[in-house]
Amino acid sequence: MSESDVTPAGVRGARPGREAVTGRAAGRRRRGGRGERPVVPEAEFSTYYGMPVLNPPRWEALDIAGYLYLGGLAGASSLLAAGAHRTARRRLALAAKSSATGAVSLSLVALIHDLGRPERFLNMLRVFKPTSPMNVGSWLLAGYAPLTMAALLSDVSGKYRPAGAAATAGAAVLGPAVTTYTAVLLADTAVPSWHDGYRQLPFVFAGSGAAAAAGVGLLAAPLAETAPACRLAALGAALELGNTELMKRRIGLTSEPLEQGRAGTLMRTSKALTVGGTLLAVCAGRRSRVAASVAGAALLAGSAMLRFGVFRAGVASAKHPKYTVVPQRARLQKQQNKPGTATS
Amino acid sequence: MTEQGPPQPGADHPPRMGFFTDTSVCIGCKACEVACKEWNAVPADGLELTGMSYDNSRRLGSETWRHVAFIEQRKPLGGQEPGVSHDDVDIFRAASGLGVTIASPGPGATAPEDALPGAPAGETSPIAPDGRTELRWLMSSDVCKHCTRAACLDVCPTGSLFRTEFGTVVVQEDICNGCGYCIPACPYGVIDQRPDDGRAWKCTLCYDRLGVGAEPACAKACPTDSIQFGPLEELRERAASRVAQLHGAGVLDARLYGEDPQDGVGGDGAFFLLLDEPEVYGLPPDPVVTTRDLPSMWRYAAAAAVTLIAGVAVSFLERSHR
Repeated sequence: MSESDVTPAGVRGARPGREAVTGRAAGRRRRGGRGERPVVPEAEFSTYYGMPVLNPPRWEALDIAGYLYLGGLAGASSLLAAGAHRTARRRLALAAKSSATGAVSLSLVALIHDLGRPERFLNMLRVFKPTSPMNVGSWLLAGYAPLTMAALLSDVSGKYRPAGAAATAGAAVLGPAVTTYTAVLLADTAVPSWHDGYRQLPFVFAGSGAAAAAGVGLLAAPLAETAPACRLAALGAALELGNTELMKRRIGLTSEPLEQGRAGTLMRTSKALTVGGTLLAVCAGRRSRVAASVAGAALLAGSAMLRFGVFRAGVASAKHPKYTVVPQRARLQKQQNKPGTATS
Repeated sequence: MTEQGPPQPGADHPPRMGFFTDTSVCIGCKACEVACKEWNAVPADGLELTGMSYDNSRRLGSETWRHVAFIEQRKPLGGQEPGVSHDDVDIFRAASGLGVTIASPGPGATAPEDALPGAPAGETSPIAPDGRTELRWLMSSDVCKHCTRAACLDVCPTGSLFRTEFGTVVVQEDICNGCGYCIPACPYGVIDQRPDDGRAWKCTLCYDRLGVGAEPACAKACPTDSIQFGPLEELRERAASRVAQLHGAGVLDARLYGEDPQDGVGGDGAFFLLLDEPEVYGLPPDPVVTTRDLPSMWRYAAAAAVTLIAGVAVSFLERSHR
């Protein structure tokens, strides 16, 4: 090269425009996408080159969102099984027990598959630690999974009926905890959209789990036994949708990721499936085999999509500095504005 | 619901040790990044150039336990006023007073209200006819904060993360099963999973060096003493006097970050002197340990579980009445 690339006008061939001042501009990126409007007016805030403050979860969506879904389905299924067992709805009980056993087994597979060192899974049980929802959950599953299997085996084989009934009851006691603890698992993180919703999220997951278990009942039980499943679908859907709405209103800015992008699509699809499935179940779930099956499948799919939606929304909220910085700034501002503590 | 925090120093415990990173004297040399990688045998993670600044390691993670942030701002840098003749100045003598006297206020200075006439102007002054303004560089070496109430430690399901006798938070890599729960729990985005290895890694505050009475590699390597290591109590005193000194010298931007034991994480074992808002450096302005709300979370989950039981019971009611 005979000539220098550095000229009085700058470096030859270099791209212009490296003069952006850090901070301000990075946070105010306009998000495109289907004309959605932000819930809260865009706030001005500083960032470090627009980079996230948090490290986002490294969990695989399929493994962990799947784990949340299957745990919810299993726990609520155990309750449905106990109810059906008590009221002598044999086929509904069998369907619910099968779904509980299958779902909890698969959920354990998903959980172990997601570990960086799967062979060390049992380290989860080397301590008991109430400050760690994942540790509590591992103990819960360690107690719960064998109970569901015992309940199912006794039902299928017809042997050890008293023990089977006890296992069914035991699974029904632990089941609701399995369904709702997964909400604590997500909320007990620094991920804004998960942590902020910690009051409503357990109710959302409880309702969604109930709807999914009702879906199994509608799919697999004969029409004569679907009545409780239809009612459970309605109650579960109401609990889920009501608390999702409440959560979005309460958490403000950090509800945005629940409505945008893929998470938003999943949440909207979930809502449509849950509402549609519930209406179909309530109207025709006791009369038409086809209607009951379609409703059941819709409820199961709706419940799964809710978990994937919530999961993805959380990851999105961790990846954008806005959801970390703006609420924390607002909190500091509020503290400073409190009478008595004001400094200026 | 959090772990009790560091042990009280006593007969069987050395005092709590930590870092005070004074970013006002950081020169961005990255010796700390290199020393950390070398001593702890942290794997390479690519030689990518970000193009955004001299910062090519971007952020803390499994392969970056010290990270030097570079920030450019349109603010005057003290001591670089144009149009002043320096012929009669003994620069070595002046340098010895750098950051100590008002005449040499050090980086980030803005002139005090009552400055003498002719003193450097506090406001950004155009220095070129084309309207370009002055520029200041902020450099800051970030590290794991070794929180008093550490979320990563609280949520670790295996007990792999533990609190050492020095009050620091360390991962036991022979126990970590790579569940990844600590990663989204950290309010500072420090700990991360090593992709090929599966386990979570972060700064250990050189636990191995502390054990034999040596200071951590980064502090040892820091040429300007921007990274100071010592007993936390002593560092807090030193930091308070440094802030007072800078304020006295007109660097009104100087503030401490993470030193307050009353903050959302109970104070940091590694705290900072910053020259701008924390978020400018990529730090959260008001971090809170997530497990603070955990008792409440368990209560809401219990209420939801009871609601679920009630819902199923109601669904079966009709039949049992017949």
